[in-house]
This record gives sequence, C-alpha cells and structure tokens, in this order.
Amino acid sequence: MSADIRIPIGAMFILMGLILGIYGWSTSGAEMYAKSLGMNMNIYWGCAMLLFGVVMLLFGLKAQFCAKDK
Amino acid sequence: MSALTYTIPKFELFAVDWAILIIYFFFVLGVGFTLKRYMKTSTDFFLSGKSIAAWITGLAFISANLGAQEVIGMAASGAKYGIATSHFYWIGAIPAMIFVGIFMMPFYYGSKARSVPEYLKLRFDEKTRAFNALSFAAMTVFSSGISMYAMGKLLNLLLGWDFNTCVLVSGFIVLLYTFLGGLTSAIYNEVIQFFLIVFGFIPLVFLGLKNVGGWEGVKARLAQEGWFRSEILSESMNPDALTHSWKYMGDAASNPMGVEWFGLVMGLGFVLSFGYWCTDFLVVQRAMAAKDMSAARRTPLIAAIPKMLFPLLVILPGMLAIGIAPLADKALQPRTEVKSAMTLQIEKSNPELAQRLAAHNVPSMEELTALGGRGLVPPKIDEKSIVETPEGGKKGVIVFKKHSDGQPILDKTGKPIVELDYDLVIPMMLHKYFPAGLLGLGLCALMASFMSGMAGNTTAFNTVWTYDIYQSYIRKHAPDKHSLWMGRYATVGGILLSMGAAYAATRFNNIMDILQLVFAFVNAPLFATFMLGMFWRRATGHGAFIGLVCGTLAALLHHGLTLPYGSEVGIKGGYLAMNFDVLHTYPSEMAQNFWTAIYAWTTCFVVTIVVSLATRQTKKAEELKGLVYSLTPKPKEDGIPWYKQPAYLGGAVLAVTIVLNIIFR
Repeated sequence: MSADIRIPIGAMFILMGLILGIYGWSTSGAEMYAKSLGMNMNIYWGCAMLLFGVVMLLFGLKAQFCAKDK
Repeated sequence: MSALTYTIPKFELFAVDWAILIIYFFFVLGVGFTLKRYMKTSTDFFLSGKSIAAWITGLAFISANLGAQEVIGMAASGAKYGIATSHFYWIGAIPAMIFVGIFMMPFYYGSKARSVPEYLKLRFDEKTRAFNALSFAAMTVFSSGISMYAMGKLLNLLLGWDFNTCVLVSGFIVLLYTFLGGLTSAIYNEVIQFFLIVFGFIPLVFLGLKNVGGWEGVKARLAQEGWFRSEILSESMNPDALTHSWKYMGDAASNPMGVEWFGLVMGLGFVLSFGYWCTDFLVVQRAMAAKDMSAARRTPLIAAIPKMLFPLLVILPGMLAIGIAPLADKALQPRTEVKSAMTLQIEKSNPELAQRLAAHNVPSMEELTALGGRGLVPPKIDEKSIVETPEGGKKGVIVFKKHSDGQPILDKTGKPIVELDYDLVIPMMLHKYFPAGLLGLGLCALMASFMSGMAGNTTAFNTVWTYDIYQSYIRKHAPDKHSLWMGRYATVGGILLSMGAAYAATRFNNIMDILQLVFAFVNAPLFATFMLGMFWRRATGHGAFIGLVCGTLAALLHHGLTLPYGSEVGIKGGYLAMNFDVLHTYPSEMAQNFWTAIYAWTTCFVVTIVVSLATRQTKKAEELKGLVYSLTPKPKEDGIPWYKQPAYLGGAVLAVTIVLNIIFR
C-alpha cells in the first residue's frame, strides 16, 4: 500500500487550521468569544491544528520519499 | 413554581462552520477514491492485504469502537454516575485489550481464518460458525441502523435538518468510501476520525475545566450534586460517590450505578469486556489487517493507550456539564447576592460542604435548575409536544418522573422530579462554549464519531457475509473476482438494511431495545467458547455449539425472571415470571445486565466442558495446530526492540491503568 495516511491527515488539518485561524483573526474581539470565556479560541486552536497538520505532513512526505529511494 | 416547558437552543451555523464540514467530507471521500485503484483482490478489500502499520490499525481499532453511542453515552454516564463511569474503560476495556493482544491475536492472525466466525469453523465445526456468523451479521446491521437513527434525530433536533436527508446522506457517504476502498478506506478514515474527535473535544474539556476552576472545582460541584441527589431527590447513593470510582463499590446502595464490586469486576470486567474486545469481529478485523504478526499483536495494545486516557475526553464533559449553570455561570464573578434557600439548607446540614462550595464559587442548586434541567443537562421533553419557537429553537413540555399509578414523584421540597435527558450533554456543552468556527469543528467530531461507528459495522458485515455466509453456503468455490464483486455489493446491501433498521426504529420505538437485548444474550456466553477453544484442546464442536445455545438460553432465563428495582415487567425483564413474583430484584438495570452476563458465561463454560467430555474430538492434533495454545509455537519476537514487544507494552499499559484507578479511587 503506497498511500501514506499521514499526508491527507496533514493536509486536512492544515486547511482546517488555516480556516479557523484566519476566521479567528478577522473576528477578534467579537462578542461571540464571551462563550469561550473571552479567549479567541479560533486563533489558538487553529494554530494548534495547523502545527499538527504540518508535523503529520512532514512525516508522511519523508516516509514516501524514503520509500521511493528504495 | 418550576418550569413546565423547555426550549432546546438552535445551533446557528456560519459559513466558517460549513467550510470545516465540507473539508472533512471532501477528505473522507477523497481517501475512498484514492484507494480504489489498490483494491485488486478480495484480500485487499476485506483484509487490507494484511499490509497496514500497527499505529494505524491501533487507532482504527479504537476508533471503530468510538461510535456515537460511545461518545454521547459515556458523557451521559459521566453526568449520571460521575467518575465511576471510567470503570467502562479501566476495568471494562483495558485488561481485555491487553489479553487479546498478548494471548489471542496469535490464533486469529496466525491461523488461516479470515474472520472470527471462520476461526470457529476451523477450531470447532460448521454449525458453531453459522450460529456466530448469522447473529454477528444481524447485529452489525442493526448497530449501524441505530447509529443512523441517533444521528438523524440529533441533527434534526439541533440543526433542524430533515431526518430523511440525514439518514440518506450519511448512509451514502459511508457507502461510497467503503464501497470504493474496502477495509483500508474504513481504517484510514477511522484514523482521520480519531484525530478529529480528539481535536474537537480537547477545547471543550479545556474551556469547561477553566470555567469551573479546575479539578477541585469539578469535585466541589459534584459534591453539591451528590448532596442534592441523596438529600433532596432521595436517591440511594452516598453524596460523595460521584467523585470516587472505587470507594463506594462495596455496597450497591451507596453508589449511583447500583452495582457492587463483584458484579462489576466479573460481569463488566470479565464477561462483557472480554466478550466484546476478544471476540467481536468489528474490532478484531482491524488487527487482522496489520502487516505482520507483531503488528497485529501490538494493535490492541497501542489502542489501549488512548483508550486509557479517553475518560478525560468523553466522561469529563458530562461531569462538568451537570455542575455548570445554564444561564450565566457565576464562577468568574464574586458572589454577592442573597443566598438561596438550598444554599442555606446546605449551610445548616453540612457546613463543611457549604464552605467548599463558597470557596469554589459554585452556583446554587436554584441557579443550576433554573431552566428545568440540571446544570447544562436539559430535561426530557415530550416528543409529541415539540414546536418550533420564533427564534428557531425547539420547545416542548418537560417530562416528570411518575409512580406506576401516574402520580408525579415528589422530592423532599415537594416539587415534582424532572426526568433528565443525559444524552444531550455533549451538544449542550458545544453550544455553551464553542463560538462559530470551533462549533463547526465540534460538530464535525460528532459526525465523525457517528460515521466511524457505521463504517466499522459495514466493513465487518460485508466480510462476514461474503466469507462466512455467501462463500460457505450460497456459492462455494467462486473465483476471487466474484468475491470482490460480492463484497462491494454486500456493502450496498448492508447499508440499505441499516437504513431499513433506522426507519424501523422510528416506527416502533422499542424495537432497537429488544434487538439489543437479544444480541446481549447471544454475546454474553461467547467468550467462554473462545477461551475453551483456544486454551483447551479437548473442547469439541458439539460441546461448543450446545454450550453457546445453553448460555444464550441461560441469559434469557435470568433476564426473564429478574427485574431491576422500580421497573415494570416487560422489556426490562420479568416476562417469564407469569404466575409468580420475579425471583430477584436488582438495585439497578446495570447490576441486572452484569449478572445476566455472569450466568450466561458460567452456563456456557460448564455445559461446553461437560458435553465436550461426553463427545468425541473429531479434529486431529494436526488440524488444531495454530488454533489451540498448546499446539501452537510461541510467536517469536526476535529483532524487535523491547518497547515494541507485546508483553512489555501490555505490562506498561496495565501499570498506568492501575495507577489511574488508585488516583481516582
């Protein structure tokens, strides 16, 4: 099986992270953040998801690269 | 005057939430389409060509079990039983997962069996396999039907989406990706779903904990809840029991589950848990897809690591929700207002508790019950009375607890007691804490859990159908291409049957309860058959079959002759006691279930041994090689680093689980 699952997971989390982060940034200070106890959770969590996505993608690409070398 | 109607708030979705949902569905289907070209043989389709890495099968193993009933049900139990719900993980899963990895996987993976029923055929005989294959196939169809039904109902309630559309769309998506990419597609998607569920629930737990002031805040709030339930609602439990998992297990009357430690450990920890994790093809299939024996054995052990920590993610939201005020929670503001009647009562009867509550700014019971529910847990509302409010929410008449003569049950203050709808805990928490954006992610996690449960059942169904029913009884010796074709169309059939089951559930509201009961009867004795089959070479086919049938009958008999406290004769039991009183009344339904399992298992165990000794072993030692412990060479773990060896990994997981039990005792 040559499809590495980490690549789609990485890509999905990067996309979702970017969307959350950008949306959070553009709505900073909005009233709805009273729900998340005054914190702009969209920015924080968007960044966390982005980071996770990048790590998954890198590992996935590295594995695929090594497999091709062989 | 307590409220008589309750309004379930509407979830408002914005473009950003939709974007997140669409990305998720895009990737789920994308995986299916990408994998389509790898599906060349039936082994690729049903067993992923036995080629997948252990961490992937491990996460799929846990994710296939992490269906919606699990996520929603465990949070509901967290609100109802408190920390003791973790027994379903630390007693009811981890030991069995370690056992299947270390001791049983060599027989499943090492033998020629391609499914759990096929193992029974190789080890025992055709009739034992047929019994297991048929009951298992029916069970998977109905389980995924229940998933669809629950999802359709929930999305309809919260988002106002049409029930039919929800069932059709969710069924179609799961169908498409399992049809195209078979087991691999289901497994890969389960890994995606695993991470989504984790990422969707962490912020929920984080915000909830921050709101109540950490773990000490949770404990203070549950102490008040315990006081309220034991003192005001007169429930049979120790007020302190919601924050201790073991301390009150000595006596069924002092913990909210109504079970004592023996029933818990033997019924849940041994019979039910080993019966599920060690013999259910839904989870075993994931391990059988692993790339080699060592990876197959590691699969359940790797799965045990997140499983051990999941109580934090799925039970804690429920424990939090019960103590958070539905209007404005005052935890973040100093309390200056006049003390409520309930707070004064606590001060009078339990000054120590009152001090703790004040120190943690716990809202008063009046604030917690202001809207009719308790905390964020809404009351049950009469389905027939639901109307839409101008704001888009759903409003309905609150259901109160009633005596058998129809009179409402009153609490110590003379108010009728509200029936709570614990299953809405997670959605209410999402609504309370998640702003737009994060809400899309939370909803995505919830849908992911519904779909992983459905897909798990579907892939297990198509495999058992094709290998154990179609190839064995309908068309033997079919070419492999034909089996692959059959597998694809069995997927279609399975999904259609599940949809039928989902609609049956809307028509006859207790059909699912009855079926689940029947399956519980069939499953309870199963582990005895496997244990004897794997570890006692003398066990015979006739012994296994008669043992299974007798075990199932014993379960039926026990359930039909007993009742849980406060229930009426019917689906809850007692239906076989026609002309006399039931033989025994259990303190709770859970206790009755655990003991039904214990009786079924013991009957199957004893009958199998007796009948085996009375019948001739028809299988030769040569045939049993790889199927029975004493005739199978021990799997070698040469060249595998120690931290990847099943025994060390299992030992480490067990040690951490014991520590967790001690911390939260």
